[in-house]
Amino acid sequence: MIELHGVRVHFPLRQGLFEAFRGRPRGAVRAVDGVDLRVGASEVVALVGESGCGKTTTGRALVRLAPITAGRVVLDGEDVTNLGGAALRAYRRRVQIIFQDPYESLNPKQTVHDIVAEPLEVHGLARGAEREERVGRALEDAGLRPAGAYRGRYPHELSGGQRQRVAIAAAMVLEPAFVVADEPVSMLDVSIRTGILKVMLDLRESRGVGYVFITHDLSLAWLIADRIAVMYLGTIVEEGPAAQLVASPAHPYTQALLSVMPSPDPKRRRRRTILAGETPDASRIPPGCRFHPRCPLAFERCRTEEPPFFEVGPGQRAACWLVESGRALPVVGTTAAAGTAAAPPAATAEP
Amino acid sequence: MALLEIRDLVVHFRIRGGVVRAVEGISFDVETGEAVGLVGESGCGKTTTVLAINRLLPPNGRIVSGSIRLDGEELTALRRGAFRRKRWKEMSVIFQGAMNSLNPVLRVGDQVREPILLHEPGVTRREANRRVSELFELVGINPARKKQYPHEFSGGMRQRVMIAMALANRPRLVFGDEPTTALDVMVQAQILELLERLRREFGLAMVLITHDLSVVAETCERAVVMYAGQLVETGPMELLHDRPLHPYTLRLMRSVPDVEGPRDLGAGIPGQPPDLAAPPSGCRFHPRCDHAVAACLAAFPPGRSFGTGHRVACHAVSDEGRLRAPSELPLLSGAAVVLAAEESGAELAMLDHPDDPPGVEGAA
Amino acid sequence: MNLLSSWRRRAAGFWRLFRRSRQGLVGLGILSVFILVALVGPELVGRVDRAGTFDQMLDPSGGHIFGTDRAGRDLFKVWVHGTRISIAVGIIASLITMVIGAAVGIVSGFIGGRVDTALTALSNFFYVLPTLVLAIVLATILGPSLLNVIMVIAITSWPGTALIIRSQTLSIKERMFVDRARAYGAGNVRLMTRHVLPNVFGLILANTTLTIAAAIFLETTLSFLGVGDKNTFSWGRVLEESFAAGALTLGKWAWFVPPGLGVVLVVLAFTLVGGAFDEILDPRLRAREAGRAEEPPEAVAGAVVGT
Repeated sequence: MIELHGVRVHFPLRQGLFEAFRGRPRGAVRAVDGVDLRVGASEVVALVGESGCGKTTTGRALVRLAPITAGRVVLDGEDVTNLGGAALRAYRRRVQIIFQDPYESLNPKQTVHDIVAEPLEVHGLARGAEREERVGRALEDAGLRPAGAYRGRYPHELSGGQRQRVAIAAAMVLEPAFVVADEPVSMLDVSIRTGILKVMLDLRESRGVGYVFITHDLSLAWLIADRIAVMYLGTIVEEGPAAQLVASPAHPYTQALLSVMPSPDPKRRRRRTILAGETPDASRIPPGCRFHPRCPLAFERCRTEEPPFFEVGPGQRAACWLVESGRALPVVGTTAAAGTAAAPPAATAEP
Repeated sequence: MALLEIRDLVVHFRIRGGVVRAVEGISFDVETGEAVGLVGESGCGKTTTVLAINRLLPPNGRIVSGSIRLDGEELTALRRGAFRRKRWKEMSVIFQGAMNSLNPVLRVGDQVREPILLHEPGVTRREANRRVSELFELVGINPARKKQYPHEFSGGMRQRVMIAMALANRPRLVFGDEPTTALDVMVQAQILELLERLRREFGLAMVLITHDLSVVAETCERAVVMYAGQLVETGPMELLHDRPLHPYTLRLMRSVPDVEGPRDLGAGIPGQPPDLAAPPSGCRFHPRCDHAVAACLAAFPPGRSFGTGHRVACHAVSDEGRLRAPSELPLLSGAAVVLAAEESGAELAMLDHPDDPPGVEGAA
Repeated sequence: MNLLSSWRRRAAGFWRLFRRSRQGLVGLGILSVFILVALVGPELVGRVDRAGTFDQMLDPSGGHIFGTDRAGRDLFKVWVHGTRISIAVGIIASLITMVIGAAVGIVSGFIGGRVDTALTALSNFFYVLPTLVLAIVLATILGPSLLNVIMVIAITSWPGTALIIRSQTLSIKERMFVDRARAYGAGNVRLMTRHVLPNVFGLILANTTLTIAAAIFLETTLSFLGVGDKNTFSWGRVLEESFAAGALTLGKWAWFVPPGLGVVLVVLAFTLVGGAFDEILDPRLRAREAGRAEEPPEAVAGAVVGT
């Protein structure tokens, strides 16, 4: 099991000489601002949110690519937050990452074989024929069959889907226990996404790999995840079993997100709650509940006090004052009038 | 007579050592005030079609044949100057990347004003400025922001500027090229809302180019589905969703997750779109199709109509308008390969399609 | 994949692109002639000897096609020997430049922080040193020799290479594949040698070719100013001697034109080849080769390279 306990990732803002002279405190972009997350073996947990919500940074902190300002990362009971050197390398063998852009994440000068073999080389695992075999197996597990047809190729000779499969093979060749998948299919055509997702889920069945699946697409999260955690401005606002969270969202933000999700069925025109404005800057996080300036249901308490998590269902919890004593009122059909600066008033769509 | 009539449009691109057959004989109509989705995945020719209609193709691209009629007037026959006077006045485009389509060193107000001054010589600057303010209000931007530069706008706001620009000359037809692709869902919803409102208010006809079937389902009455330059199916969105006839449309529909539908991964489509410099013979979808029969190799099937505006081009569809099951068809051996790949989620490429005559599909 | 076949493939691909560049081919043609002369010429023409008084300052003739100098040396032989020296000095100096420049550039760009600040300051210091003054000073202290010339050239040229490689490294460092390699445990040394170096190698190559041209030119200048080695012939020294002997006023064109032309042609040839390298490495051009950039982007994304 891998756990995040109150993880924060803050990036200090560059400060001008003038501000420094005036003794103004140095600001920070609070990309991740206190995230608790737990992923068990062969579990898929989706981190969902809009751009700038900190989901990618959370994933990077998990694989120790982003500097952790505060909090702890714990793998199977062992605190790995401050590991370095050989211990960090050993950790990285067990927790891998797959990036969003398959055009950027493969070294253009390496062949497919070299790309997949390098992690083994780094860890001094499997030599000679055994290494060849493991690389071959990883490629075939990722759906690149026969592996021999791909080994000698360079990334630019492959399609986006094939590249992403190479990236999966390279992550899986170390046989990690957990994989952070950062929007692994968002740059691919819908028709080829399925094959890739299938391969990832098959590996969970066969090897018990646990995934942190980062995506902006709530419907995709619902499709493949066991649990969903919805992030807004650096924190998780709601978390719960995937189907349950989608069927009965408790947090106004989750409700709004669900209501605007386009559906492929034209007969189903729901009432949409369109929030005004866009996600604010993570260097200027509002006081109280950080969602309150865009929340259609915000009241006085939300502006001053940050809500803790409240249990709203079996295994489902939401950080909202409205659910303090149970279920929230649905926001569907209401108008989000309080917008950020210069945003047009939000409108509500017809039923 | 429809507002826009496309007939047998063929667009090619010259490239070193060959020709890319990007659009291969597509036909469709857009009625006044109607919203039509042009859907397909990367490389299907949807953007090329719109560029061709608006004469915005890159220098190596050419309309080889076909007819484009706007209000009955043949656009392909127009001389350059006459066409330029029409473009933007009668039909305009909302481009994909709002950041790249706005000039970073000019004030946004001036950029929106430019088409007004350009196409309507009688309009004074003052009058034009007033209209820019109106446009800004229309798309939900505070007119005071006219004097700002593109970098001072968020992604969603920039897209609104693009919309204002497209509406500057009060056209009757607007093309939106993936207008919400780069945006977050919430902002996407804001923009789609805005387009819907403008469409109703002004009786605008709209062609929405997108890879996202859900977006089309939310906003358009009709959709045109393209694959590798060929039009495979067109019809009312409800029919395409409930009763798709072409195997590609069917697969595409099943690939889109729907939280109110079944919670399984669906089928997807093994393999990838072909290289359009050496496209497969006949129906270009046949190497990835689990319904492929011998006729699919020989020729692209003619479109057949079934019911209200539902037209499909597929050999596997029966005369009474039903997609036959693979088990009812004399399948090619390649179709079995496709089925097997689908089961396992494996990649299909690198294997030549076993049924293809040698040399027809050989890639670079 | 074994390393050899992968390199062979890469080289074949490179040659395919190079062949398309007319300027590159012209440069390569000129270069092959001079390199052939430099490689086998001196052995073919034999030693350069002083000769008797009657052979001094002869005009070109059947026996001495470029004539002779004040010591009665055959100027054709002198030119052939000079070709070897000039080209050798150019190449050796450039290789040193390349190694130092690339190492400093990659380390400073990749490691960043204080290391970067220090190395960049060092590069800038050497970058602004006046080459000629440094050469003259060094030659005066150490005595004129070929080695000194090479050192002066290397010392003053590496910062240029380092700054170029550094900026390229900065952009490569940000690419996702570096993060990915870090995520599976690769350390800085591996990241720099296995991931950054191959991606800046083309640039290094192009830059080196251009540096060779500059080095040959610089060597000529230094020798012409009399800072070079008095015991060997390079084109620069031949030019210097002809100038000192008043060849220009005497109209003895065959003395100074061949070395002058040699410098001009070789520098031009290296520049042409370097320019062609540069062009090949231009990502846009390469994309056109790999995936037909002239197509609309939509079509490119769909293009599949088959077997």
